Amino acid sequence: MATSLHVLMALGGLTVGLLGFTGWMGDARALDVPWLVPLSGLSLRMDPLGGFFLLLVGATTVPSSIYAIGYARGARRGLGAYALFVLAMAVVPLAANVPTFLLAWELMALASYALVLTDDRDPAAVRAAWIYAVMTHAGFACLLSGMLLMTAWTGSLTFADWPAAATTLSEPARNLVFVLLALGFAGKAGVIPLHVWLPAAHPAAPSHVSALMSGVMIKLGVMGILRVGLEWLGVGPPWWGVVLMLAGTLSALGGVLYAAVEVDLKRLLAFSSIDNIGIILIAVGAGFVFHSTGLETLAIFALAAAFYHILNHAAFKALLFLGAGAVVHGAGTRDLEAMGGLIKRMPWTSAAFLVGALAIAALPPLNGFVSEWLTFQALLQNGRIPRPELNLVFMLALAGLALTGGLAVACFVRAFGIAFLALPRTEAAAGAQEAGPTMRAAMALLVVACATLALTPTLLLPPLGATAARLLGDAAPSSREDLLTIAVSGDFATLSMPVIAAALGLGLVLPFVLLRVGHAPSRIRYYETWNCGRLLQTSRMEYTATAFASPFRRVFDFLYRPERVVEIEAHGESRFFVRRMVYRNPTRSLVEDWLYAPLLGAVRAGTARVRAIQSGSANLYLIYVLAALLVLLVLA
Amino acid sequence: MFRQLALTLRVGIATEPPRSFPTLPALPLEDVGPRLSAQIQRIFGRSLHIRQVDAGSCNGCELEIGGLAGPHYDVERFGIRFVASPRHADCLLVTGPVTLNMAEALRRTWEATPDPKIVIAAGDCGRDGGIFQGSYAVLGGVAAVVPVDAVIPGCPPSPAALIAGLLDALGRRS
Amino acid sequence: MREIGAPAAVVGALAQALLVALAAPLLVGLVRALKARLTGRRGPDPWQPYLDILKQLRKEAVISTTASWLFRLTPFVLVATMLVAATVVPVLVTRPALSFAGGIMLLMYLFMLGTFFLALAGLDSGSAFGGMGSSREVAVAALAEPTVMLAVFALALRTGTTNLGTVAERLGGEPALAAHPGHLLAFLAFFIVMLAETGRLPVDNPATHLELTMIHEAMILEYSGPYLAMIEWASAMKLFLYMTLLINLFVPWWIPTEVTGAGMLLGMLALAGKLVLLAVALAVLETAVAKLRLFRVPELLAGSFALALLSVASVVLLR
Repeated sequence: MATSLHVLMALGGLTVGLLGFTGWMGDARALDVPWLVPLSGLSLRMDPLGGFFLLLVGATTVPSSIYAIGYARGARRGLGAYALFVLAMAVVPLAANVPTFLLAWELMALASYALVLTDDRDPAAVRAAWIYAVMTHAGFACLLSGMLLMTAWTGSLTFADWPAAATTLSEPARNLVFVLLALGFAGKAGVIPLHVWLPAAHPAAPSHVSALMSGVMIKLGVMGILRVGLEWLGVGPPWWGVVLMLAGTLSALGGVLYAAVEVDLKRLLAFSSIDNIGIILIAVGAGFVFHSTGLETLAIFALAAAFYHILNHAAFKALLFLGAGAVVHGAGTRDLEAMGGLIKRMPWTSAAFLVGALAIAALPPLNGFVSEWLTFQALLQNGRIPRPELNLVFMLALAGLALTGGLAVACFVRAFGIAFLALPRTEAAAGAQEAGPTMRAAMALLVVACATLALTPTLLLPPLGATAARLLGDAAPSSREDLLTIAVSGDFATLSMPVIAAALGLGLVLPFVLLRVGHAPSRIRYYETWNCGRLLQTSRMEYTATAFASPFRRVFDFLYRPERVVEIEAHGESRFFVRRMVYRNPTRSLVEDWLYAPLLGAVRAGTARVRAIQSGSANLYLIYVLAALLVLLVLA
Repeated sequence: MFRQLALTLRVGIATEPPRSFPTLPALPLEDVGPRLSAQIQRIFGRSLHIRQVDAGSCNGCELEIGGLAGPHYDVERFGIRFVASPRHADCLLVTGPVTLNMAEALRRTWEATPDPKIVIAAGDCGRDGGIFQGSYAVLGGVAAVVPVDAVIPGCPPSPAALIAGLLDALGRRS
Repeated sequence: MREIGAPAAVVGALAQALLVALAAPLLVGLVRALKARLTGRRGPDPWQPYLDILKQLRKEAVISTTASWLFRLTPFVLVATMLVAATVVPVLVTRPALSFAGGIMLLMYLFMLGTFFLALAGLDSGSAFGGMGSSREVAVAALAEPTVMLAVFALALRTGTTNLGTVAERLGGEPALAAHPGHLLAFLAFFIVMLAETGRLPVDNPATHLELTMIHEAMILEYSGPYLAMIEWASAMKLFLYMTLLINLFVPWWIPTEVTGAGMLLGMLALAGKLVLLAVALAVLETAVAKLRLFRVPELLAGSFALALLSVASVVLLR
C-alpha cells in the first residue's frame, strides 16, 4: 500500500509539475471554492511566479517519491503526513488570499513536523521537532500579524488588491509590514539567525522528506519575500534590498562555515542549504536594490539569477540528500568519522553523490557554476549605481560570495572524500550494501536534471527573465537568439556552457587516446599505499573528518569558539602510563550562545516573575476577574 | 633578504666542475648486478630521480649524500634529483648494513618503486655490512634484501666519489 | 569585434592549447635554473623538466590497492582543465578563440575543478600525507578566492568587462586606463594569490622533501609513471597560465589583436620577454624569503585581500 501511494505521489508530482510549467509559461488559471476555507473561502490563482514554484514542488516530488518506494520499504508510518505535506506545498504558491495562504502554510508546517517525528524514539529527533515547532510558529505569528495589519489597512483579504492600496500607505507602515512578513518568511527559509531549527530538523526527517524540505519548502520562504517586497508593497526603499543582501551574505558564510566542520553528514547538508539560501537572498537583495534605484534591466537579471539558483539547488540538494540517505541506509550511520571506502561498495551512489558535490561546489561544467556565475555578474554590475554606500554593500556581498564558493569546494571535498574514499573506518561501513533500484533510479533522474540545467541556460533564462519582469511590473526583456552563449550587457561577460562541456570532454579524451597510442603506462601494478615502509596500514591511519577541517577551525576560531576536551585515563600505578585518551574538539554555535540563550534566559526569568500571580488562592483569582472586568468596562 | 642576494652576486657560482674531483681514477665502481644494461642507461641517462633509503646506517653516508645538493658538488646539474616518495623515484640509493628492523621497510620501498629501477648501495656497509659485518642485528649488505645494481664503496664515500659512482652507473663518464 | 567561423575557432583554440602545453615546462625549468644560480649553484638545464616528463612516460604505474577509479581519472581531469583554461587566457592574441566561452570566473573555477579532483585523489589512497595535503590545499584555495573576485571587480570597474580578451584589448588600447593606483594594488594582490595557488614560496615549497611541510606535493606522493608526468605537466601549465594572466591583464601592451604572421612573431617575443622578467622576479622572491608557517598563510592571504579591497576602494573613490 505504501508503494502504491508513493507511485501515486510521483504521478501526482508529475501532473502538478506540468501544470506549474504551463503556468510559468504564462497560462493563467484561477480556482475559487468559497465554502472550503473560513473568512473568505479558498482562492487559488496561478501567475508565472506561482507556476514556477508549483513546477518546483512537482518536479522535486517525483524523484523523492520514487526514492521513497525503496527507502521506506513498505512502512506505513508518515504516509498521510507526506501526502499532506506535498499538497500543502502545492497550494502555497497558488494561494490568492490570506486565509488560504495561512491555512496552507500551517498545514505544511504541521505535516513536516509530523515527518520530523517519524522516529519518535530518538530523543534528538524529538528535540529537533520541538525546536522546529517553536520556530515555525514564531514565524507564523509574524506572518499573521503582518498580513492582518495589511488586511486592516487595505481593507481586503485578497493579495491582488494589495499593490494598488499599498501606495496609499505611509512609509513607516509599509516598512513595518515588510519587516514582519520578511521575518516570518526568513525564518522559514532558514536565514541566520533564525536558522536554528534547520540543522536539527532536516537530519531527523527521512531522507526523501529532507530533500523536499531543503529543495522546496525553504524556497517558499524566499517566494514569500519576493511577493512581499516586490508585489504586495510596491516599490520599496533601497534599505530593504540592503538588509536582504547582508542577511544573505551572513547566512551564506555562516552556513558554509558550520558545514565545513560538521561531522554528521545530513547536518552538513542542512547547513549547506542555509549557505545556498544565503546565495539566493544575495541575488534577491541585489534585485531589490536595482529595482528601487530604477535599474530595471539589472533587477530582472539579478532575479533571474536567483530563480536559476532556486532550480539548481533543488536539483543538486535533493540529489545529495537522497545519496546521503542511501549512505545512511547502507552504512547504518550518519557520522562521517564512521564511514569510508563506500566508493567500492556503493559505486552508483558514490557517482551520483560526486555529481551532486561537483554541482553544489559550483564547478564547471555543472549547473551550480551557471547560477553562481550569473549571481556574480549581477553583483558586478553595481557600478551603475551612483551611491557609494550601496557600492560598498555590493562589494561586501561579492567578497562574501567568493569566500563561500571556495569554502563550499573545501566542504564537499571533505564530505565526499571522507565518506566514500580510502578504507572503511568501521565494520558497518565495510559491509555497506548498494542502494535498491528505485533509490538509484531517483538519483539518476536528478543527475540528468543537473546535467540538463547545466547545458541549457540559454533556453531557461528568457522565461526566468519574463517571470522576473512580470513580478517587477516591467516588460519582458528581448533576448538575442543565441543557443550557445549567454551574454551580459553586450560585451560585459559571456558564458557558453555547451562549449565548455565539449572542450572539457575533448580535453579528457585527447590525453587518454595519446597514452593508448604510446602504450603508456607500460604496465600497471597494484601495491599497497606508500606509508614509509610501515608494516601495517589500517583505517586508523587515514585522515579524519575532524582533522580535515582543522585549518578552518583555526582560521575562523572566533566564530567556532572550539573547546578542547581531553580525557586521560591513566594506569592505576602511575599517571605516566596512559591507558586511554579521548580528545574532543567540539565547536559551539555562536548564534545559540549570543542570541538564543540570553533571550530564552530572559524569557524564563520574566515568566518566573510573572508566575508570582499564580498564588493558588481562589479568592485572589476572583479579585483578578473582577479587576479585569472593571478595566474592560472603563475602556469600552 | 638583500644580504643573501648581495652575497650571491659577490661569490658567484661555486660549483666545482667534475674534472676537478681529485679521487676520480682511483675509485673503481663495482658493477654487481646484471641489470645495469645500456637500456636503463638510455632511459635514465639525462634524468634520474633518487630516493635515498637509510637501512640502519650510522648516518655518515647520509652526511656525505647531503653534501651533494649544495653549491660545491651540485648534483642537480647532471639531471639527478632527490625525491621524497619512492613512487616518484627511478633509483634507490641505500645506505647502511640493513638492520633486521629495516629489512622489511627496505623491501616495501623497493616494491613501491615503479619499474624500470636501479638500486645503488652506498658505502662499505651497503656493500657487505662494513664494520658491522657478522653482527646478529644486521643482514650484511643491501643485496641480502633487494637486487643491487651497483655499489659505491667507501666509509663514507666522499661526495665526489658518490658523483663519480652515479655518473659511472649512468654511463655519463668516459 | 571580429567574427571568426567555427572551424577557425577550433583550430585557433587547439593551437593555443598546444603552445601553452609545449612552453609550460620550459618556464618551470627556467625558474628552477634561476633559483639555482641565485644560490651559487650551476643548476639544472632549463630544459630538464621535458626530460623528466619524457622519462616518467616510459615507466610503469604503481597504483595503491586502496585507491579507486577517481585516482586514475584525476590526472586526466587536471590536464583537461588546464588545456581548456589555455584556450581562454589571452596568450598570443588579445582574444583567444574560446574567449567567448567565459571570462576570469570560468578560469578560476576551472582551476578549482582541478584542485577538487586532486584533493580527492590525495584522500583516495588512504594515507595520512595525502589527507593532510588535501586539507591544506583546499583551505588555501578557499581563502584566496575573495581576493581574486575583488581584483576582478576592480578590473571590471575600470574596463567595463570581465571577458579576459576584452580587458586585455581595452587596457592595451588605452594605456591611461592602467595608470591608476588601483591597478597596481590589484596586481600585487593577484601576485600573492598566484603564489598561493601555484604552490610557490612563501606559501609552499615545491622542492621540499618533508611531508609535514608539503601542501601540493603531499597530494601527489602516490602518483607514478605517466600519471605523475601528467600531473607535473598540468602544474607547469597552471604556473604558465597564472603568470601569463598576470602579465597580459596588468601589463597588456604589445599583444597583437589580429592573427597575422608578423603580429604573431612580435606577440611571442613580447610574451617571452615579459615572462622571463616575471620568472626572474619570482626566482628572486623565492630565494629571498623563507616558507611561512602553515598557520601564518591565512594572514598572508588576508593581507592580499586587504590590498584587493584597497584597489577597489581607490577605483571607486577616484573615479
